[in-house]
Amino acid sequence: MMVKIVYFAWVREKIGKGEEELDLPAEVTTVADLLTYLKTLGEEYDEALKFPEAVRVALNQEHAHHSEKIAGVREIGIFPPMTGG
Amino acid sequence: MSLTLHIAVQHEDFDPAVEAARLTDGRPGVGALVQFTGFCRDEGGRLSALELEHYPGMAEAELQRIAEDAVGRFLLIGLSVIHRYGKIMPGERIVLVSATSSHRQAAFDGANYVMDFLKTAAPFWKKEHNADGSHGAWVAAKDEDDSARDKWGKE
Repeated sequence: MMVKIVYFAWVREKIGKGEEELDLPAEVTTVADLLTYLKTLGEEYDEALKFPEAVRVALNQEHAHHSEKIAGVREIGIFPPMTGG
Repeated sequence: MSLTLHIAVQHEDFDPAVEAARLTDGRPGVGALVQFTGFCRDEGGRLSALELEHYPGMAEAELQRIAEDAVGRFLLIGLSVIHRYGKIMPGERIVLVSATSSHRQAAFDGANYVMDFLKTAAPFWKKEHNADGSHGAWVAAKDEDDSARDKWGKE
């Protein structure tokens, strides 16, 4: 499944890119699976996602729990807890 | 009376007086206006600036979701939420929430609610620029912000 992944703040800095298109293997079905899969893509991913529970994820620009399914999602955002305001 | 809802995510500064007028001009039913303005601090001289990063598209959408929740929950007459991004200097404005209602409590609560959810759910991140030129850190999320949000209970 092809999906656009966008990274922000220190997740973006550690991975070294703001966005990419990835063809995800069929066994990656949930947000948690995706984070586990991304950690295998290289040292920078492993470092950025060392504590996967610490990162937040949005599916099609809406906040999502790590247990949610990603089937059919076009855009996945991965970022640290928010610090606006 | 029709609802006025204004959401903006922008680099440029904003004028609280303009937003006050947007929500009150020609609105004789408005009995209360509450405005909250958040500023960039220098943290006792330690910081030269903050860099605000945001998730374009989702930032606007999330502010819209929070604003609609607040309007429904507190029966606001008008609500304006403006959040800036990019490099912001100490003393400059970062965020403005303006809420109008018939009576003061709803306007106070509405503005407070929007800020509590904005801090924890709107996709913005602050990076510090240090005055001494050393490498700045990303601001860490605070547990007290989660507690402030949680006091409103589940939707």
